[in-house]
Amino acid sequence: MVPELGHFALILALLLAALQTFFGIAGPALGKDRWVAAVAPAVAGQFVMICVALACLVTAFVTLDFSVLYVAQNANSALPLMYRVAAVWGAHEGSLLLWIFLLSSWTIAVAIGSRRLPPRYAARVLGVLGFITFAFLLFSLATSNPFMRLMPAAADGRDLNPLLQDPALAIHPPMLYTGYVGFAVAFAFACAAMLEGKMDQVWARWTRPWTTVAWGFLSIGIALGSWWAYYELGWGGYWFWDPVENASFMPWLAGTALIHSLAVTDKRGLFKSWTLLLAILAFSLSLLGTFLVRSGVTVSVHSFAADPGRGMFLLVFLLIIIGGALSLYAWRAPMLKSPAGFDVLSRESFLLFNNILLVIATAIVFGGTLAPFIAEAIGSETLSVGTPYFNIMFPLPIIPLLALVPIGIHAGWKKGRLSEQKGRLLVTLGISAVLALAFVFGVYGRGQVLTPVAYTLAIWIAISSLIDPFDRIRRGLSLSRSIIGMTLAHIALAMLVMGVASVESYTQERDIAAGPGDTITLGNYAFRFDKVESVEGPNYEGVRGYFTVTHEGRKILDLHPEKRLYWVQRQTLTEAGIGSHWGSNIFLALGDDVGGGKWSVRLQIRPLVNYVWISAFLMALGGGIAASDKRYRNAKERAAEGVSGTAPGAVASVSAAPARGSAG
Amino acid sequence: MKSLRFALPLAGFLLIALVLYIGVKNSPDRQNLRSVLIGRPAPEWTLPDLMNPGAMLTNASFKGKPYILNVWATWCAACRYEHQTLMDLSRNQEVPIIGLNWKDEDNLAHEWLERLGNPYAAIAVDKKGRVPIDYGVTAAPESFLVDANGIVQYRLAGPMTHSIWKREFAPRIAGKSVVAE
Repeated sequence: MVPELGHFALILALLLAALQTFFGIAGPALGKDRWVAAVAPAVAGQFVMICVALACLVTAFVTLDFSVLYVAQNANSALPLMYRVAAVWGAHEGSLLLWIFLLSSWTIAVAIGSRRLPPRYAARVLGVLGFITFAFLLFSLATSNPFMRLMPAAADGRDLNPLLQDPALAIHPPMLYTGYVGFAVAFAFACAAMLEGKMDQVWARWTRPWTTVAWGFLSIGIALGSWWAYYELGWGGYWFWDPVENASFMPWLAGTALIHSLAVTDKRGLFKSWTLLLAILAFSLSLLGTFLVRSGVTVSVHSFAADPGRGMFLLVFLLIIIGGALSLYAWRAPMLKSPAGFDVLSRESFLLFNNILLVIATAIVFGGTLAPFIAEAIGSETLSVGTPYFNIMFPLPIIPLLALVPIGIHAGWKKGRLSEQKGRLLVTLGISAVLALAFVFGVYGRGQVLTPVAYTLAIWIAISSLIDPFDRIRRGLSLSRSIIGMTLAHIALAMLVMGVASVESYTQERDIAAGPGDTITLGNYAFRFDKVESVEGPNYEGVRGYFTVTHEGRKILDLHPEKRLYWVQRQTLTEAGIGSHWGSNIFLALGDDVGGGKWSVRLQIRPLVNYVWISAFLMALGGGIAASDKRYRNAKERAAEGVSGTAPGAVASVSAAPARGSAG
Repeated sequence: MKSLRFALPLAGFLLIALVLYIGVKNSPDRQNLRSVLIGRPAPEWTLPDLMNPGAMLTNASFKGKPYILNVWATWCAACRYEHQTLMDLSRNQEVPIIGLNWKDEDNLAHEWLERLGNPYAAIAVDKKGRVPIDYGVTAAPESFLVDANGIVQYRLAGPMTHSIWKREFAPRIAGKSVVAE
């Protein structure tokens, strides 16, 4: 009964999403205000129905209703309650429902948050979001219904993929999808502006907080996935340039560019068509990511999620949604004009370089991820570019980008006043270089060519980010949340660079066969293998190794790596023992029993790798603080007074408002 | 003409969409996972016969005719899902389906076959699960097409469906029988 109710709720949601699309697009176009007024109730109804559907699927999992095929394939009576809930998004059908639920949640948030926007414009935004919801509901009902019955019911289920039975991974998909789907809001704002034929600085101010929040969620989602891969897959790395990782990284890069481009459009009314294009690009890459993960065209560690039969369906959606938006862009963008120019050494210009470099970085990841298809399409041999390609290509745009951050922070809006800042820039650069060299040769004693460069850039970014806020405090000026958020995110970037540079330069690893009683040394650390014991969990059995770690003779921690065999899926997993000491991450994984009382043991010491994950959380926090700035709320009020009477289809207009250079 | 550059993103996207279209069209079926065994002799096995207690069954005895080796178990939900397809195939097709009951209980297996029907020409019992390791089985169900000379021609990871049978198995069986004649 419950599964049928969920299925029925999905069908109702599909119909309501269709109404939302129709009223949202046709209402403003035909000037029918009663249609416009019907959009918000349709959104509310669609949201309620999707909540009901999700609740039904969660109920089926919690009560272990094995007459539902999807439950039987992804849960087992031995599965703990927490993972029964997480199993909802453990495979394709439920992930898709989660995706739809999050899109619906963003839509209702926009509907509530946009009450102060011009009604027709808000209706268009919701109409575009409604179409995306409709398309994915149709996809779910037609090809991936999670409520499909299994007759006769299974006695027990196949269990959740053991790889996914992990707290970080239980919340990784919801975070990642919240970010992915959040870019749909920026996309819808862009499409609505193009449908309206009108785009000004106020538009950018409406779009900014939504985009920043989505970007923050995406940052956390990516970091959780990376953290999970680090200790659960037992490979001991934080990033593998896996196609599915890349699929989440590309929208993040494009989203980062969008955030900066929106800042320029908001402050100075420039880069309008470019900002529109980035808003389309960020969401298009999210859709492409969904397509890559779900269609089975790429083979990766994540391929448990794939199915080629759905690829064509998704490709048609990509064509309609992205193709439609880009056609609209080709039609409307030429009508946009930018009001004023800017100097080569102004902040606008540095943000333009920032955008160009980020787009190049996105293109490099895109090219590497799609190389196998491109090769296949032109009929050449199967080609797959691996980590070496990314490790060589990716730093090419990123290193100049990092150098631009401190320079851009000090540049003023509109006017190139860099000469006034020249002294300060050179002094901070000098200090950074000295600190970096002291760190490289004083603390670690050796380094690769790029290590001092990366350290210098990281320290330079951190110092430069702090100068302006301290200057304001010294002069008795208040710090807006925008500035606090931006500063935090830039310091997080510096931490990320520090972390990556340290891991890439100073990782020590050792693979060895060892048995209880042996002591293994690596660097200044000694690992004593004490004993091996068998352990049993709710749905697995395994062995646990006991290790004592000492640093220069002093005991610093105990590590208990495990090797588990999950009964139902008969899969063996490593659960690494992880600890930290002076910022270094100590990773210890227990491998196979090699006989003779010996086990294969993998030891790794990775300095500052934690910075990689912490920085992502700080970036998200910075984004959240910036998005909560008062100016966005005030902007809505101003907008409601000023713009509401605009006729639909008006020629692109240019805001005459003077540039506000408050942060410059 | 200047406004034409705003159509460039659309053109670029259409080009990418074309590449993706070719990718989807040619994408190897996820279920058609490449097996190192394809084109090689099927690993030999001798196992207890489920239907004749005490007797042994060996795959050497199936040579001379193509057959399907289907790895299944009563603890596997997807096996139940594919069972009806196997029943239909056993009624309509010439090719025998040999079952490999994987890490299962005999009484549960008998109960299953009584309730759902028995599509198998013979069923081998592998309680320790060694043979599926030789075949590189990752999860039940899996089906292997072995030709008359004992060579593995195809591997299906996941449940059998009628469309997969028509697309992947039937043509290979037809092709091989022509060669054998």
